Order: sequence, then C-alpha cells, then structure tokens
Amino acid sequence: MWTQAVAIALVIGAGVAVFVNYRGTFSSLRLTQETYYERYRFADAFASLKRAPLRLEADVAAIPGVAAVQTRVVVDVTLNIEGFAEPVTGRLISIPGVPPPRLNDIFLRRGRYIDPGRPDEVIVNEAFALAHDLDLGDTVDAVINGRLVSLRIVGVGLSPEYVYSIRPGDLIPDDARFGILWVERRLLGSAFNMEGGFNDVTLDILPGATVEAVLTALDRVLEPYGGLGAIPRARQISHWSIDNELAGLQGAGFVIPVIFLLVAAFLLNVVLTRIVSVQREQIAALKALGYANRTLGWHYTKWALAVAVAGTAAGIVGGILLGRSMTSLYNDYFRFPILVHTTPPGVLLQAAAISVVAAIVGAVDAVRRVVTLPPAEAMRPAAPARYRPSLVERAGLGRLLSPSARMTARNLERAGWRTALSVIGIGFSAAMLIVGLFGLDAVDELLYLQFSVAQRQDMTVTFFEPVSPGAQYDLAHLPGVLSVEPGRSVPARLRSGHRAREVVIQGVEAAPTLRRIVDTEGAIVDVPPAGLMLSWSLAEILAVEPGDVVIAEVLVGRRPVRTLVVERLIDEYMGTSAYMDAEALYALMGEGPVLSRAELKVDPSEIARLYAAVKLTPAIAGATLKGAAVESFEETFAQNINILIFFNVFFAGIIAFGVVYNAARVSLSERSRELASLRVLGFSRGEIGTILLGELAVITALAIPVGIALGFVLAWFVVLAFSSELYRFPFVISRWTIGVASATVIVAATISGAVVYRRLRHLNLVEVLKTRE
Amino acid sequence: MLGLMSAGSDAPVQSPPHVVFSARNVTKVYHMGEVDVHALRGVDVELRQGEFLVLLGPSGSGKSTLLNILGGLDVPSGGTVLYRGQDLTRADDTALTLYRRHHVGFVFQFYNLIPSLTARENVALVTDIASDPMAPADALEIVKLGNRLDHFPAQMSGGEQQRVAIARAIAKRPDVLLCDEPTGALDIATGIVVLEAIASVNRELGTTTAVITHNAAVADMADRVVTMADGRISGTRTITDKREPGELVW
Repeated sequence: MWTQAVAIALVIGAGVAVFVNYRGTFSSLRLTQETYYERYRFADAFASLKRAPLRLEADVAAIPGVAAVQTRVVVDVTLNIEGFAEPVTGRLISIPGVPPPRLNDIFLRRGRYIDPGRPDEVIVNEAFALAHDLDLGDTVDAVINGRLVSLRIVGVGLSPEYVYSIRPGDLIPDDARFGILWVERRLLGSAFNMEGGFNDVTLDILPGATVEAVLTALDRVLEPYGGLGAIPRARQISHWSIDNELAGLQGAGFVIPVIFLLVAAFLLNVVLTRIVSVQREQIAALKALGYANRTLGWHYTKWALAVAVAGTAAGIVGGILLGRSMTSLYNDYFRFPILVHTTPPGVLLQAAAISVVAAIVGAVDAVRRVVTLPPAEAMRPAAPARYRPSLVERAGLGRLLSPSARMTARNLERAGWRTALSVIGIGFSAAMLIVGLFGLDAVDELLYLQFSVAQRQDMTVTFFEPVSPGAQYDLAHLPGVLSVEPGRSVPARLRSGHRAREVVIQGVEAAPTLRRIVDTEGAIVDVPPAGLMLSWSLAEILAVEPGDVVIAEVLVGRRPVRTLVVERLIDEYMGTSAYMDAEALYALMGEGPVLSRAELKVDPSEIARLYAAVKLTPAIAGATLKGAAVESFEETFAQNINILIFFNVFFAGIIAFGVVYNAARVSLSERSRELASLRVLGFSRGEIGTILLGELAVITALAIPVGIALGFVLAWFVVLAFSSELYRFPFVISRWTIGVASATVIVAATISGAVVYRRLRHLNLVEVLKTRE
Repeated sequence: MLGLMSAGSDAPVQSPPHVVFSARNVTKVYHMGEVDVHALRGVDVELRQGEFLVLLGPSGSGKSTLLNILGGLDVPSGGTVLYRGQDLTRADDTALTLYRRHHVGFVFQFYNLIPSLTARENVALVTDIASDPMAPADALEIVKLGNRLDHFPAQMSGGEQQRVAIARAIAKRPDVLLCDEPTGALDIATGIVVLEAIASVNRELGTTTAVITHNAAVADMADRVVTMADGRISGTRTITDKREPGELVW
C-alpha cells in the first residue's frame, strides 16, 4: 500500500510544485516589476512626433490628468561595433545633463551618469553591453549624418522602458543588433535638427484620471507637430511582454495544479474505496464493538491527509527550487536590476489548502461507504459482482476474443466510471505534454511563415525620411546587392465611428518577391488595387467588415485625411496590419513613388563590403539582417528548449505513472483471487501477467487518443487566452509533439506495468484461495 | 511434461504401476515471524490409480497442506513426493505449473470461478490450454449443467457454481482430481449433488480422486479413508461397503 501512497503523493507533489513555482515566480516578477516601475518612474503614456518646440511641454503638462511630462529626442541610428561586421541599430535617447530624468530613470549597474560637459559620453543598456562584451571606457561608433561619431561608454544601465528589449515590428529580440544608448541631449539636438525641440514625450498620469481622455488630448496637442499617436503603458511593447508572461504564469499556475490535484483525488478515491472493500469485515467488527462512525471515517481520512501532507511537503521544496531556476531563466529575457525569487508564505498556505481539499474530496466516497455500512451486512459475503457480455461481444465480435480477452473487456466495462476516469486521468498526461510543448511548434510555425514564406529578403533597410525612387538604383549598386524591392510605410490613424487605432499602412508593390503578405495558412495574399486590406484583429478593433469605410488620418507628410473602403480582410498572426496597393498609397499621400524602406537580396560573399557601405550611407537609419536575427533567437531559445521539454515530460510522466500504477495495483488486489485460480489451473506467471496488464494496455491505448483530443482542446484555449492585438499564437501541433506525448504515456505505463508485474511473483496461491472474497 | 524439470534431476524412481502418488516422510514448516508452525510432521501416504480417497481430520490437521503439495501448489520442507515416479519436490515453478496444467484438476471450497466468464467460458479457459481436453459443453453435461452454459456465476447457486468448478477441473481429462472441502460452503442437499458429480467423475472417467473434508459422513463414499491429526496420519482404513452420496447421512 505504501507504494501506491508514494505514487499518489508524487502526483500531489507535482501539482503543488507547479503551483508554488508558477505562483512564486509570478509573485516575484510582479513585485519586481511594480517596485522597479515605481522607483524608476516608468511613464504611463508614450508618444512620438516629428518635431515640436520645447515650449510645447507646458501645453502638454496642462492637459487635465497629467502629473509629469518628459520630453526627449529619440533617434535610431546605425552603429559600428569593432569586431562586429554587421550594422547594428542603436536607439539614442536623450537624457538631461543633470540627473535624474524626470521619468523613465536609468538604473546604473556600473559606471556613472554622463557628464553634461561631455556630449560624447553614453550609458548603454546592459544586454547590449553583454552581447558585445563592452565595458566602461570602450567606444561605440554611431553613424550620425553620414559621419562616424565616437561615443564613450561611461555607464552600463537598465531602464523600465526596455526590460524586454525589442524593436517595434520585430518578431524576436536581438540584443546584439539592437542597443539602447542614453546620451546628452545636445548631441542629438544639433545632429537631428532637434535643438530647442523634441520628438518624443512620455507622461505620468494622475491616479483616477481617464487614460484614454489624456491620450486623446495629447494627440490633439501634438497633431500640428506630426504626432504619430499616443499609446498607453498597456501597449508599450516591453510592458506588454511582461504582462503577457505574468498572465501566462497566473493561468498556468491555476489550471495545471488543478489537473494534478483532480487526478490525485481520483486516485485516492479508487485506492481508499478498494481498501474499505477489502476491510469490510474488520470495519463491521469494529462497529459491532461500538466504534463510532466518526472515528472510523477519520481513520481513512487521515490516510488521505497523510499522503497529501507528504506530497505537499515534497512539492513545496520542488516548487521553490523550480521557481529559482525559472526566475534565473527569465533573466535571459527580462532585464531587471534584481530579479530574485521569493515565495510568499501565502502561496505555501494556498498550496497546503488545495492539497487538503483534494485529499478530502478523494476520501469522501470511501468515508461515506464506511459510515453507511451496516455491521450485520458486512459479516455476510458481499453480493457477487454482476457481469454481462461486453460491447465488443454484443456487436457480434465475441468470437474473435479469447476467454482472457473477454475477461478484460467485461471487467473494464463493469467498472465503467473507473475505467473512463482512468482513461481521462492518463489522457491528461498526454494533454499536458501537448499544451506544454505546442508552444515550440507555434514558434516554429511563426518563424517559418515569417522568415521563409513572407520574408525572402536578406536585409531590410529603413530610411530616416522617405527617399526618391532613385535610391532604389543607388542601393542596387551597393556591393553584393542582387535585387531591391522598394517599400513605403505610412503611419496613420484609422477611425470608424468612435473607434480608432494608430497603425502603419504598408504600401505593397504589384507581385512582390522579397516581402510578401502571407496569411495563417501560408498562402500568399494580394492586396486589392484600391482601398484597404486589414488584418482580422484590426478589423475587430475597428468593428468593420469588407465593404465598410474607415477614415484614414495620415500622420506624416501633408497629413491627408481620406475615406477608404475596407476591401478585404486577411487572417494574420502578427499585429494589427493595414495594407494598400503602392500606387493607391502614393495617390493617397499625393506624392510620387518614394521609399521609406527597401528589401534587399544579397550575395553572401560580398556581405562584409555591403555592411561597410550601409553603415556609412547617411540616409539609412537602420539595416536589419533576417538570417542573423533568426540565428540569434534560435540560439537563445534552443538553450531553454531542452529544459522545458524535460520538465514537461517529467511532470506528465508522473501523472501517467501514478494513474496506471494505481489502476494496476487496485486491479491486482481485486483480481488476486482470479489470478491465483488461473495459476492453479496451470496458467504461467507470464500468462496471468498478460491478463492483468491487458486491462492496463487497453486503458492506456484508449487514453492516448483521448489525451491528444484533450490536448488539442486545452491548446486551443491557450491560443484564445494569449491572443491579443499585438500577435496571435498559431494553433499548430506537430507530429513530433503528439509523438512525444504518446511515447511518454506508453513509457510511463510500461514502467508501472513492469513494477506491478513483479508483484505477481509474490502471489500466494494457497493464501488467496483458502479465504472467502 | 515433468521432463521439463530443472537440470540435474535424477532418473525417475521405479514405483508400482498402479501408484499415482507416493509421499515419504513429508514435512512442512511455516515460519510465521518468531513462531514455526509444523503443518506436516513426516507423512507417508500413497494414492492409487482410480481410487477415491478421503482425507479426514479437524482444522489444522494438515490435510489441506498435504493436498496442496500433492497438487503442486506448495513444496514440502522435507521428504519426497513422487508423481508416477517423478519427484515433485525437485520441480521448479515452471515445471509445477505445467504439471498442474496437464495432470491435476482442483476443486476448492469457495469454487474460485472467474466471475466475468460464463460457465462454458470458465471451462474453456482450461480446455484452451490443455493438450487433450473434452469439449466444455461435454464437461458441463457430465455435471448436469448442460442447460446453464451461458450463465455467469452470479446467476447460479452455490451448488451449480461448484459443479461448474468440477467441470472445469475434469475438462482437461486430468490424471488426478483434488477437492479441498468441496461441500464446505453448501447446504446438505446441495452438497450431496456435488458429491454425486465427483463420484460420477471418479466412476465413469476413472480419475484418481482425493477429497478433503472434516465431515466424517463423507468418508463412507470413499474407497479408502486417511485420517490426519496434528500434521501426521493417525489412521488409514479401507471401506468395503461404499455408499452412494445420496445414502450419506450427516
């Protein structure tokens, strides 16, 4: 019996470990985030614009609900890093000469703040410094107005604005190719025509003020100055990424432990009802002697509680250890000054409470049987079990079954509920694996669609300002460039009724070859010759359908306002997208075919020369390399995949092992008389083993498709839960994932079957047959 | 079949051709913690071909232990047991399993039928693995249950279940039929029906039969009665005026 207790305790322990791990990590991450934001004054709203004079700051501060304003100059430039051939994007952010910045303060990991008298001094973000092994005193060259400007690192820091450091529009972060540099305002002022002006503003909003109202007022103030639409903190990419992760931890930290504890309650129920059944006579004798129901019921409840306590203790230790590992994993992705794992006592108390509840739920049926057992009835033999031909036989296939196979089929059907719950219990094991691992498939699918189907370019070049069509030919003449595909992107606000959203309208050339529009099925989609094509998520936000009209308020250039028809919708994974035919977009803008970016196909042997040329081209704001970005992401991801797979398989295996082992032990207990009879009749140990394990094999075989179906359903819910306007999770489950789920269940079931099979060696034929059932 | 005994066994011992079992100085000790229970203390007994033997004695006399050893369910602590000249005490688990499979039919006090199988299927369990079985329906006919072939044990009385157990035991055409308190769980009338079935098997098939009982009246239907007490044989007598089961009075 103790081995069954251990198996159930393991299931409880696994559930508690997941609970403590996720809740503890959630708590740590949330507390760190809140403390960091508060201490370093992370802004509540963000807006970019073309250029506004500094005096406008007062107007912004006067908006009702605004507590503090910080204006900045923020520019993306190309960096030249020694020993790194590829061009790197550096985001230069101005900071005041006298610290600290009013909002979005910098945590200095080492070094010092910039000297206001030294405009060439910078503070770099820690991730970037680590990626390039940069330290205090090193220099980084920035391409500013076509010249290389040497910037000296005096500090390495972190900002709440870039806890998750990713360029907007990028799918994946790349700390080696995107860095944050905080510089003195004067450097940017003169170089980018920002003296006496600003192109970025962040706000702190008073508690109780309506954020939307403040943003609307801010947009009104900034509009004459090329405002590109204000966003609240909730849509700031770094914050959104952390919040998303927190939501995932919270959700998984509830659902997964509940599954484990439900399975544990079921196992306790099966084991305890079997114990009560075997001990009927003793229970009746104790009742006849005067023992109260309360005492007898508490005896069995205690057993369940003891198992729960043991499991909880192990689970808490495991959960705390897992939590520390998980937290240190997060340090690869989220840059906090300090991220330390703590486990609030409340989490431990909750863990203990839910285990106790599971134990009581598991024991309640057994206790009920004990309490309602009339003493006299227990002294009589139990009513014989009633059997009938199984479903397979009633379907006319009985002839195909040997007597042993019929025993298996009829036994399974007779204990129908228990069989079904065992199948579901084991199925949950496979389901959890599918849910745990399909994220890898989703990432693979996203990468494939984005980087193999949609984006066929090697390099994307963006310009500070839209450039004339001639730039296309200039680019084509750069070393190593094989082909050039121009692109035009225009920030605009789309409005439908009272709904509005700032987007980037992408102009698409006819029959693009390097950058194509691809839907979730991987099909290449053409833009309509007139009107807009919107992603489903954007259409949902604006509540429009094909045929409806939207008002497009362009936010750059002449800022035309036009009514456009929504011609088509496209189902995409990434973002809120809007597309127009390039010619139609030029007509909307009232301009010729200018470029804001270009996609390049490149000869790999000339890449170094191309890099050098790109770095020194003044008009180019940035150059991103598709292959390098994907490689870097896959490298980081690959380090963590194996750990993820291991823990998923381990935990899922515990459930499968626990359910199969307990089912096998209970079956052995219930059928020891039958099995002993068969041994007496001359059946070998192997033959009775086949009969015993045949039931388990059927349950396991049924559990696999049930588990896969459950896994699909749960994965679908995860997809729904994680869908947001920024991106949707692909619902794709690979054969590999299904294979791993099935294999884990089969291996776990085989191991428990082998362990139980060994017990057949100790089947005492004489002992079992002499006594009455 | 017993040629599959473990390597190193001696050549078969010569026994009189009509002796099926020959047990010499058989002892059995159970070690129950600090206490040793001497279930058999040097038993010598023979069973002859075709005879109906009753083992009589009170609870704890060792009669079940002896039957279990003869049936290959247990191994003695000392002594020898020969089955048609083959030494059972040297047989390993595989050999004993095969011995039971092909040579022994067992009937227990509590029937031990498989509850999920019908009467016919319970018998078929055995005929499927035997080398020269009779048809399950024929075996059930012998015990007069030809009309209950497709009934489950839960649908049968105790006497019917015991008769199914007998049919299952004889369907393989065993050399010996060993019955441990076959009427112990039954009322008098039903018990007589069961004993009639056992008697007819012994008479019509010539199966060597041994029946354990604590009921002295049953001894009157035997060819020979061996009385046991305290792990030893306390007496043996031959019955000259055998009675039919229907004539027994207890």
